Amino acid sequence: MSQESILKVDNLVMHFGGIKALNDVNFEIKRGTVSALIGPNGAGKTTVFNCLTGFYKATGGNIMLNANGKATSVIQVLGESFQFSDYFNPVAFIKRLKYKMFGGSHLVNRAGLARTFQNIRLFKEMSVVENLLVAQHMRVNRSMFAGILKTKGFKKSEDEALERAFYWLGVVDLKESANRLAGELSYGQQRRLEIARAMCTNPEIVCLDEPAAGLNPSETEALTKMIRILRDEHNTTVLLIEHDMGMVMNISDYIVVLDHGEVIAKGGPDDIKSNPKVIAAYLGAEEGEEVTL
Amino acid sequence: MSQAATGIDIKKSAIDSVLAGLIALVVFGPIVGLVLDGFAFNAEPKRLFAIVAVVMVGRFLASWFFQSTKGRDFLYKHTSKDEGVHVLAPGHKSKLKWIIPLTILIAFAVPFIASKYVLTVVILGLIYVLLGLGLNIVVGLAGLLDLGFVGFYAIGAYGLALGYEHLGLGFWSMLPIAAIVAAIFGAILGFPVLRMHGDYLAIVTLGFGEIIRLVLTNWTDLTHGPNGMNAPLPTFFGLEFKRRASEGHVPFHEFFGLSYSSAYKYIFIYLVLLLVVLGVLYVKKRLTQMPIGRAWEALREDEIACRSLGLNHVLVKLSAFMIGASTGGLAGVFFATYQGFVNPSSFTFFESALILAIVVLGGMGSTLGVVIAAFVLTVAPELLREFADYRVLAFGILMVLMMIWKPRGLVRMTRIGVSAREGNVK
Repeated sequence: MSQESILKVDNLVMHFGGIKALNDVNFEIKRGTVSALIGPNGAGKTTVFNCLTGFYKATGGNIMLNANGKATSVIQVLGESFQFSDYFNPVAFIKRLKYKMFGGSHLVNRAGLARTFQNIRLFKEMSVVENLLVAQHMRVNRSMFAGILKTKGFKKSEDEALERAFYWLGVVDLKESANRLAGELSYGQQRRLEIARAMCTNPEIVCLDEPAAGLNPSETEALTKMIRILRDEHNTTVLLIEHDMGMVMNISDYIVVLDHGEVIAKGGPDDIKSNPKVIAAYLGAEEGEEVTL
Repeated sequence: MSQAATGIDIKKSAIDSVLAGLIALVVFGPIVGLVLDGFAFNAEPKRLFAIVAVVMVGRFLASWFFQSTKGRDFLYKHTSKDEGVHVLAPGHKSKLKWIIPLTILIAFAVPFIASKYVLTVVILGLIYVLLGLGLNIVVGLAGLLDLGFVGFYAIGAYGLALGYEHLGLGFWSMLPIAAIVAAIFGAILGFPVLRMHGDYLAIVTLGFGEIIRLVLTNWTDLTHGPNGMNAPLPTFFGLEFKRRASEGHVPFHEFFGLSYSSAYKYIFIYLVLLLVVLGVLYVKKRLTQMPIGRAWEALREDEIACRSLGLNHVLVKLSAFMIGASTGGLAGVFFATYQGFVNPSSFTFFESALILAIVVLGGMGSTLGVVIAAFVLTVAPELLREFADYRVLAFGILMVLMMIWKPRGLVRMTRIGVSAREGNVK
């Protein structure tokens, strides 16, 4: 895998019982780009996201994440079932056992991939700042004794965490709401807070699931600017699912179109706009008119 | 008239008062008005009417008060449904600033003022404070409904008794060991139930509590079953609190040239327990402001979001179970040494329910609420000894009323605000 691509999805297959949600999905995301995953309702976009972020264990295929200076196989860290050969190879056995017992989607995040959710999942009864502090769990001083004795190192690490939290609050324009409960915020503010929270985990790639859903045009505009800041100032790769085509075409460097669990088109916004298969998927083809490419 | 201005309706107050009087007549009539005398009974209308009169006057005054502006404000403040969590302003100074040191001072003075009986009641109250704090971590902070918390209490108590009988360990060595053993059992319970939520978790933990009790009852070789076991008293730098010390030891009262009194041991247990409770309170307060405490609360709010942020939900849950369990274990050790004897009947499901009631009554996650609720639920039954038969009934009514008017507990939870600062990323 080249250093240039941060995420590589090969032959991803996901079946729920008899339903084939994803059939052989392949794509590659380049470092430092904004990419979009689009498609009609039920195309499998969120399923792809859930596979990428480790919330679903893919039925087959391979997902390689090349972040934080190492390559991580998302499927492996979720804990695979034992293979026959493992019983002869203790090292492989122990590794698999380790991931089986302590693996999970949190390891995907630690490998450098953060996400937001389609239906907002904030910690509603915690304050806005606390939401961001929880996100920095892996970066602060977690020692029990240091915390109980309030050592210098602990205070310093908490201060740094607060500074980082306020920095991101500034980026998403929520500084005034720092001491409000997350559940009290308006819908648009909650969406922005969720992005800030994902960014507090210091990811190299952030996956946004419908970030503009339910936002008004001016809020969408602000969101577009914010996503550009993530890419340009923080060198973060952004992958987003979005239905707002104006925004997608405006912001994306690369677009992957899904329909019925398959990738029907990949490329820059201009290619996608004029792609007959994509138009057919969105608007429906005329009877008898077979769209081929 | 001023009544019109404040909108006080005397007629309404009078009706309220008469209704309350009628109810009081029905309730107290048979209890107070009739006194058994052998096989006959005597009517005692005077006492009855005195009580009814007190109730009527009280209801009238209450009705009057609640119609005044002040009373309406009071009602509004205490019955409004919008009483969820709120964030304190940055640099908020609690009104308790002066009350807490005062309470601690009074608490240290209690054993030298109070009678032995009062002291034993307060010790019991403090033991329940410990239990409440332990369960508060599991239920209030981490949101894992645990109905078998009494199991850890039993492990602590039997830990002391078993350690004394089989290993010859005393109170001071068993205090930390019991906490660690309880924490290990917390992990053993925690591991298989990690995937469960809500109701399912409650059932499994309920089973765990019963398993511990049944093992203690039936493993007669080790625990003497229902006959129970003796638990040792604490020692004061090797000085024993018995009338006659065991071979080679000096009793406390002889060493200091005092006459023997059984109150000394309670005073000592009380002081040690008070220190432990204060320590646990401090640790609990710190935990809520530490990454681990925040992670517990985040897990309660949304487990999926937690995982997406890189928190290992397995370890977060296990740590909540273990720290909660170790606090329960500490409480068990104090219970055993205070009773001097343990048997399995002290660790029934009712105890678990009582501890859970303390947490719910006090307010999930609220430390102050738990301390208050623990004392209310342990001291009140002692004060109302005459009505012991109605204890569970009163307890049930209290819970129902709480759920109607204060579903979030006595003390609502607050979150600490932080002052705004310059943002900075490195």
